[in-house]
Amino acid sequence: MNGNRLLEGVNPTSPLTLSQHLEVHGTLTVPGKRANPAWNDAMLAELVTSGLRGRGGARFPTATKVTYVASQRQKARMVVNLMEGEPASQKDSVLAAFAPHLILDGAQVLAALVGADRIIVCIADDNDPVAQLMERAIHERRGLDERAVEIERPRGRYVASEETALGHYLDEGLSLPRFRASRPAPTMARSRVLLVDNAETCANVGLIAHHGGSWWANGDANHAPETTLVTISGAVETPGVFEVALGMNVAAIVQLANPRGAISGLLLGGYGGTWVSAAALGAPYSVAGLAPFRGNLGAGIIVVLGDDVCPLAETARIARWMSNESAGQCGPCLFGLPQMAGQLEALAAGRHSANADRSLLDLADIIEGRGACAHPDGVIRMVRTALSVFAYDIALHQRSGTCGRVSAKTQLSLPPQEELF
Amino acid sequence: MAKPLLILVVDPIKCDAYGHCAEIAPEIIALDPWGYPIIKGKVVGAARAHAEMAVRQCPRQALALRTESGNLDRPVGSTRR
Repeated sequence: MNGNRLLEGVNPTSPLTLSQHLEVHGTLTVPGKRANPAWNDAMLAELVTSGLRGRGGARFPTATKVTYVASQRQKARMVVNLMEGEPASQKDSVLAAFAPHLILDGAQVLAALVGADRIIVCIADDNDPVAQLMERAIHERRGLDERAVEIERPRGRYVASEETALGHYLDEGLSLPRFRASRPAPTMARSRVLLVDNAETCANVGLIAHHGGSWWANGDANHAPETTLVTISGAVETPGVFEVALGMNVAAIVQLANPRGAISGLLLGGYGGTWVSAAALGAPYSVAGLAPFRGNLGAGIIVVLGDDVCPLAETARIARWMSNESAGQCGPCLFGLPQMAGQLEALAAGRHSANADRSLLDLADIIEGRGACAHPDGVIRMVRTALSVFAYDIALHQRSGTCGRVSAKTQLSLPPQEELF
Repeated sequence: MAKPLLILVVDPIKCDAYGHCAEIAPEIIALDPWGYPIIKGKVVGAARAHAEMAVRQCPRQALALRTESGNLDRPVGSTRR
């Protein structure tokens, strides 16, 4: 059985051209700017049947989001989130580089469903290769779609890909999250309500539009049921992006990237995700399968932690990096995250105060839920799971100052952060 | 009909930790280690007058009263007197 659906028929060295894409998936007719309610109803029904959930990290049901945006008074605009703000994620860039037309198909479908007149693809300003490939794909489609597609290049920062930050950028050129007094609240830009969907989500909508919601959920003789893109990095020989069937054994997924030696844990979802112990290797890679380990799929990130590095030092590095990525707008994030990173660094270095773990949990309770965006909550989730998964290592650090692993060595991808907001 | 329960909401982007709110409405607002408000609970009974005053007196206009259903209670939040 072929695991590839999103990446079906892709060439190893170049993107699928429009004609190759049409050979693999067939043609797709999307209503133009004149609304076609019957088509909309049928397509929305397919989305509901599929059960598709967003692939940007939150896993919110896509059909529900579409219905919510379509029900707003204001006119809508479609935004494809190709920002890939998570440093350990490459999947949206890979998808755009190999199957750009599937993303654009899905974006056209979603735009039609919410009555959007145009589509904006947001690509980080430090990701020129992907911007050029998307530009070429958009150019190839001239005359095919009635709706114009534009590329925007917000800052390549972690919080810049957050939905309200994209709205803020499209409004005023500022990649800063906005505060929402109540939720749900529509994300607005230039008096339009935005439907913001992650690139992999759009590509899946493309698959559903081409092949149907039931096919999407169940597969067929030649295709797996629901698949998802994962980016595997860390203590592996061949890091990269893989399309895997949802529910596949976690160990079998990690095996695709050829792990180096014994594994002491996995970071799942992203830098604001969840640490799980090596026991989770036996679990199915799905929301239900990972629930007993308090793991989440997030944006499909899997960072493999080898047992030769100090997990507390790695956790501290992520916390410090994430702290530096704060937009600095909200006090609890601006002041709380550096303090949290500092306490973790002290714990990792063995120069902590007594009850360092208790103090970190108290700090987490103080910060949680008090930012305008979910950035601090993500860091807290990552730190809380680290405190529980690496409890034994913490005990060793508290008793002897070290767990005996090399703390200077890192297996993480942490981009430089010279330019702050 | 019973009055809807009100919730005090902080706009954390506007808030600059002046701390006036915690002095005006200590029964609802505590301050974190950096001086930013932590909302302790819903606005009930006599606390409402304090909550409304905290909303009006915030130097950054970062506080608003909201009904539990999510609607902003405009007359208070917009400080019309």
